[in-house]
Amino acid sequence: MEFEPVIGLEVHAQLKTKTKIFCGCSASFGAPPNTHTCPVCLGMPGVLPVLNKKVVEYALRMASATNCGIAHESRWARKNYFYPDLPKGYQISQYELPIAVNGHIDIEVNGDGKTIGITRIHMEEDAGKLTHDPGRPVSMVDFNRAGVPLIEIVSEPDIRSPREAGAYLRQLRAIVRYLGICDGNLEEGSFRCDANVSVRPEGAETFGTRTEIKNLNSFKHVENALEYEINRQIETLMSGDPVVQETRLWDAVKSRTTPMRGKEEAHDYRYFPDPDLLPLVIDDEWIREVKNTLPELPTPKKERFVREYELSSGDAEILTASRELADYFEECFREFPNPRRIGNWMIGPLLGLLNAAGTGIESSPVSPHHLARLLQLIDEGVISGKIAKTVFEEMAASGKPPDRIVEEKGLVQVTDTSAIESVVLKVLSRFPGEVEAYRSGKDKLLGFFVGQVMKETKGRANPKILNDILKDRLR
Amino acid sequence: MELYELSIQTAHKLLKQKKISSLELTRAVLERIQSVEPKVQAYITVAADAAMEQAEFADQAISRGNMTGLTGIPLAIKDLICTRGLRTTCASKILENFIPPYDATVIEKLKEAGAVIVGKANMDEFAMGSSTENSGIQLTRNPWDLKRIPGGSSGGSAAAVAAGMCLGALGSDTGGSIRQPASHCGVVGMKPTYGRVSRYGLVAFASSLDQIGPMAKDVTDCAVLMKTIAGYDEKDSTSVPLEVPDYTDFLKNGLKKITVGIPKEYHAAEGIDPEVAAAVKNAVGVIENLGAECVEVSLPHTKHCVAVYYVIAPSEAGSNLARYDGVRYGSRNKDTRNLIEMYRNTRARGFGMEVQRRIILGTYALSAGYYDAYYKKASQVRTLILEDFKKAFETCDVILSPVAPTPAFTIGEMIEDPLTMYLSDIFTISANLAGIPGISVPCGFSSDGLPIGLQIMGKHFNEETIFQTAYNFEQATDFHKKKPGL
Ligand SMILES: [Zn+2]
Repeated sequence: MEFEPVIGLEVHAQLKTKTKIFCGCSASFGAPPNTHTCPVCLGMPGVLPVLNKKVVEYALRMASATNCGIAHESRWARKNYFYPDLPKGYQISQYELPIAVNGHIDIEVNGDGKTIGITRIHMEEDAGKLTHDPGRPVSMVDFNRAGVPLIEIVSEPDIRSPREAGAYLRQLRAIVRYLGICDGNLEEGSFRCDANVSVRPEGAETFGTRTEIKNLNSFKHVENALEYEINRQIETLMSGDPVVQETRLWDAVKSRTTPMRGKEEAHDYRYFPDPDLLPLVIDDEWIREVKNTLPELPTPKKERFVREYELSSGDAEILTASRELADYFEECFREFPNPRRIGNWMIGPLLGLLNAAGTGIESSPVSPHHLARLLQLIDEGVISGKIAKTVFEEMAASGKPPDRIVEEKGLVQVTDTSAIESVVLKVLSRFPGEVEAYRSGKDKLLGFFVGQVMKETKGRANPKILNDILKDRLR
Repeated sequence: MELYELSIQTAHKLLKQKKISSLELTRAVLERIQSVEPKVQAYITVAADAAMEQAEFADQAISRGNMTGLTGIPLAIKDLICTRGLRTTCASKILENFIPPYDATVIEKLKEAGAVIVGKANMDEFAMGSSTENSGIQLTRNPWDLKRIPGGSSGGSAAAVAAGMCLGALGSDTGGSIRQPASHCGVVGMKPTYGRVSRYGLVAFASSLDQIGPMAKDVTDCAVLMKTIAGYDEKDSTSVPLEVPDYTDFLKNGLKKITVGIPKEYHAAEGIDPEVAAAVKNAVGVIENLGAECVEVSLPHTKHCVAVYYVIAPSEAGSNLARYDGVRYGSRNKDTRNLIEMYRNTRARGFGMEVQRRIILGTYALSAGYYDAYYKKASQVRTLILEDFKKAFETCDVILSPVAPTPAFTIGEMIEDPLTMYLSDIFTISANLAGIPGISVPCGFSSDGLPIGLQIMGKHFNEETIFQTAYNFEQATDFHKKKPGL
């Protein structure tokens, strides 16, 4: 029997607001423990939450960008449970009436487009962070993160493969980054994903029993965990056992999912409307304002790159992966209007360099202006494409403009015919046997002679001129 | 007359004329506390040194001519309202040593006005109760009869005012917790409109019902306190941005243009003591004689009030009290092997019986499968109760009723019978559910010499009409002049 997986993802995106969602504390990451706290986010007796409007604005941006219907009146709810990282014994979230519902985004897998539905988006507060001292029987809690704003984006069960899940997640992350509302960092936890997955016989109408997978902190983990879990469920069913509805944890080291202990799972959150906060009212004007100030989003931008710059879909996808990368490309284009060559240089040497350094385009040592100039130098015949690679490496290391590097290192291309000719003659006289062989039909030796001349000239000989002279002299 | 017997407005006049100083007044109150507190036990904490410092500071302000109606006036604060640097226990073992690092907004306002805080008053633990017997710290006695309860939950505040252990006090009212003890102790106490006074720094019992309010020896003092603590606060999203009138401006207006409503359902309420019924009937007559028109109104959903209240209040309370887990502050049981045990032991030993009972009630009402039948249904009926009042107020300006069905009962009489105690809140609960303001003003004494209170409820944000009615009634009667013979 053939099985079909059914996947839905729940994504938590930490919002990059300056302050927390219900108090004035800084929401920034990395401060010493418990320094970004106050009576409100510590849940002291008698304190009350006051909503940070910026959080609503960010959630509205996401809701607009994902084509959601926005609720004119939504509500805050309390999700009750005990845990030491949860100061009030409840999390302020949205439950029955979230800020946005019924959206969708488009993804692409192997060149095929697909639309994934978004069930809902809601706002909530993050909890603190527990650390356990392995040497002592104590746990420590840091409340800096308590009250940092989150949005939860819940997809419809529209995803049918781990690859689609990856594509959906990447697209979602690109959107939050384009909107400037979230770092989208899975490893650091500013972008978290839980997956609901079930399998059913191909063609079945109803869903199978699902499991929820947690602890997925990289794109690779998401895809690997889903792959594993789908196979596990299929094997379970094939052996005649039922799939148990449960929460499972992905163990990246052992590459498998294991069930969470039942006790931690058996929660009745006793949601009810939070009486400390008024219903959130959003008028049409606010919605319009947010819509009008949305940036160009990843998919439209990618389509425009294909259309306007005649890039391949794959290249356009890479170049629009972030707003900054796309801006870099377009800045280069203004000075050097050859999109394909810019694309090649960006996707090849530039991204290689940045990936190796583990930094983003915004901290690239090579500015778009310098990269454009480098390409101009090739076109102007000042340097060869090969030399350009050397110059680029130097640009990356020193941040110097290409002209200065070419000048300082004496890398200007030799275009003087007589100068090249004298080197050619020298090389030919050094290898009489090879000359003889070439003349008797071994055409492939041309490359050998080119190499020898380039070695003599440290690669600076104009390749076209060199070729012409060699062919002429070897005749 | 002793200094501690003064009303706020008389003390203010004397302070202004420099006939007395705040130091003298505060010392007199502290001495009074020393002499009667062993009998009454109204205070959990007496802050004598801090009070004397504030009094000295107030005297300096007065000498510079920088004075408000509360400058130099010694006040008691219910121990549910956070005071920076001053222990705030909520009368609970779980917060026995909690010292807030911040002031409630009402405390900031009182301090700014130059008031002197003499101490923190006893109450039912986390304000859950109608007798102050549920205090985890001590038992407060009614100054009129030490065998009896002072009412609750703001029993300490009411007893302190009645016994001259402060000139005025703040209480909080979730289902009658200001009005009922005011009634039992023969003082004036107002529950303001929900949203009129900031709840920031008021330790939450039931967030959608709680309001801080003033308690004082007479209506004028109550109005002075109310003016100071009321107003919008950006730290409380449920407070309402409306101008606060000077309530004392309205007092002297007569009752000729006032229509009072008498709910017919209240006559039918079971268990009303005949002496209470007679005192309230007499009060209605007095008010009519002052020129007010009386009409009958109907509040048909009254019979559901207690049920609705005992679903909504415990539900919110169960959630509000989850933060007392021993992790960050308050007492923690250390004799535990794991996290769950720490939670269980800390909360089982830190909370008293009534608090635990209500947490269990609330947890049940919000549980999966029960939410619709309990919390949701209760919220819907609550809307109907509000509609009742809106409709009634189309034909009247204020509504009169008893505060409590009986005068103060004896200590221990009801402790085994929580249901009867819950039912005794019948007249006060509806104002909290509807969010409307209400006052208790003395309107008589039982044959045992126990005070009886009249409740006057008004429209949302119309406290001035309540004060006006209460003041005219008070001036036409002598009940507020009688003091307990301690
Ligand atoms: Zn904070």
